[in-house]
Amino acid sequence: MNSAKGGPAAVQALNVSKVFGEGDSAVVALDNVSVNIRQNEFFTLLGPSGCGKTTLLRLIAGFDHPSNGAILLEGEDISGLPPYQRPVNTVFQSYALFPHMTVAGNIAFGLEMLGKSKPEIDATVTDMLRLVQMEELKDRQTSQISGGQQQRVALARALAPHPKVLLLDEPLSALDLKLRKEMQIELKRLQHETGITFIFVTHDQEEALTMSDRIAVMSAGNILQVGTPRDIYDHPAERFVANFIGETNFFQAELVSVKKGAGKIKLASGKTITATVPDGLVANGHITAVVRPEHARIVEPGASSTLVGTLENIVYFGTDTHFHVALGGEEAFIVRMQNARDDAGKFSTGMNVGITIDANAAQVLRD
Amino acid sequence: MAELGMSSAVTRRAFSVRKMTGFTAVAIVCFIMLYAPLLPLVAYSFNSGSSIALWEGFSWRWYEAAWRNELVQDAAFRSLFVATLASTFATALATMAALGTTRTRAYRGLTAIYAMINQPLMVPEIVTAVALLIVFAVIKTATNYHGLVYLITAHTAFCIPFAYLPIRARLEGMDISLETAAADLYATPWKTFRRVTLPLLWPGILAGAMLAFVISLDDVVITEFVKSPGQDTLPTYMLGQLRRVITPEINAISTVLLTVSAVMVTFFFFLNRKKM
Ligand SMILES: Nc1ncnc2c1ncn2[C@@H]1O[C@H](COP(=O)(O)OP(=O)(O)OP(=O)(O)O)[C@@H](O)[C@H]1O
Ligand SMILES: [Mg+2]
Repeated sequence: MNSAKGGPAAVQALNVSKVFGEGDSAVVALDNVSVNIRQNEFFTLLGPSGCGKTTLLRLIAGFDHPSNGAILLEGEDISGLPPYQRPVNTVFQSYALFPHMTVAGNIAFGLEMLGKSKPEIDATVTDMLRLVQMEELKDRQTSQISGGQQQRVALARALAPHPKVLLLDEPLSALDLKLRKEMQIELKRLQHETGITFIFVTHDQEEALTMSDRIAVMSAGNILQVGTPRDIYDHPAERFVANFIGETNFFQAELVSVKKGAGKIKLASGKTITATVPDGLVANGHITAVVRPEHARIVEPGASSTLVGTLENIVYFGTDTHFHVALGGEEAFIVRMQNARDDAGKFSTGMNVGITIDANAAQVLRD
Repeated sequence: MAELGMSSAVTRRAFSVRKMTGFTAVAIVCFIMLYAPLLPLVAYSFNSGSSIALWEGFSWRWYEAAWRNELVQDAAFRSLFVATLASTFATALATMAALGTTRTRAYRGLTAIYAMINQPLMVPEIVTAVALLIVFAVIKTATNYHGLVYLITAHTAFCIPFAYLPIRARLEGMDISLETAAADLYATPWKTFRRVTLPLLWPGILAGAMLAFVISLDDVVITEFVKSPGQDTLPTYMLGQLRRVITPEINAISTVLLTVSAVMVTFFFFLNRKKM
């Protein structure tokens, strides 16, 4: 990932819009989207159903053409090229394996179309079969293998021509949980071993957080935020992102000062804490901030606590405990604390408790 | 997903027409009406006497007679020749039409094109027959050519919709993402057609060809109007025989035609069932 940072982006979308239909029935699937995807990166498009993830992949693959804007591959505009001239391969959600060919025949297809020699095709197919651990099943018909195996064949088929970019549209959504976990690790390994840029689509936030180098969170045809899983999780810049990924506490505050992304916010209780502020936001008073439940702590009410409320509920989860604290607003503030052995019985429902927030754990939202 | 599938299956079972009272009785009556008249026809083709109503014993006599009858030979050969060529042409044209109507974005006039392709199913056959008679008569006098081309052309035309239907059904049932995947894997549109679409479409094409073949083989009305003298096909020959004394020879020929049709329709059924 580091070595290629200087070169052009693997894929670049420049002000890309896609509108389906016309007139009253027009659907804006992508609304002026720009994004840079780096070389050798595991890049994930994350968002709810209908937000435009598949549309963006289809534009990169060339199955559809942008209504506006351009798609660049390693710095070159490929907007006008048909799919069969783009060095980009796709793993389809439905796998789309050719039912009239064997496993090996499927994997060889792309290489044959590229006009590779027979020995070269055979060698690559053997390599690919080994890579996805399907050597024994190479002569099977694709209808005679399991879902997980079909998934592997689809991967091998797309990787065989060694594309510059591999597009994966929710490739794991048809698998059961156990297989899904296995394939997540498998995919990471494949990406690592082949060094190919992966663009991965999912609406599963956990999958996105565990697998990606960087994540783009999408909503309603827009990319709201791009960043590493840590960035996205710890510093969501928009309400939608904060809400979509993980559990979070929202609260109102006043932005007192900002300096290079670090700010001071004043809470309803009158206390001031440090917080991260998204680019371009100025100290203009009322804002919404978020804190993850695990970045706060329950304490005895006193001088050190930033917020004070009544303990409404205690939910025990084994490794940790969730404390629901009523602050007078609509929703309870949730604090998640690891269970240490001597914690038991220190707090009980109905008690007046204080909450402290870790330094820099608060994040100011843009809206 | 699983839940959805379950519930729709349940719904379907609840509305099953098979559950309605009298369904079995009606079905049995229909089958009897359809197939019972065929039984005496087949039975009397084996009659050793020369009546088609009085049983005198079993023999292959009439099959032999038909086999040796030069007129029958001639007509049978012509029937097969016309049906083979007409079904081949019709299938090729129907395949192109099916591709043109399913593998393009919806365009203006698509519905009109569907209607045009299926027109021959709607227009009374006698009307087409008379129309062709008139047109071909003009051409015949103009060119003085009286060959089989007229028959083959006419048969091709009315066979197209029959070949078109199974091909189009198969194309519509085919997962379009397979063709997308081929394009993604560097196959040009032509390569995609050759390597993916055509192999998967093949059962549909074969089914269409077979249906067209049977339809051409069975045709009487249009053939009767279009043929030049001495161009009898089996059905028109049989029609001609009806005006004279009827012997079980007609039964024998009918039975053979029936067998050919039944075999082809059975084959068609299995082809259509073959999964995508
Ligand atoms: N061919 C099309 N014609 C019309 N509208 C379309 C078409 N394809 C997509 N859309 C619309 O564009 C929007 C984005 O669709 P897209 O398939 O990209 O969503 P997605 O993020 O992949 O969703 P999912 O997670 O459900 O797959 C949706 O509102 C969808 O209805
Ligand atoms: Mg999608």
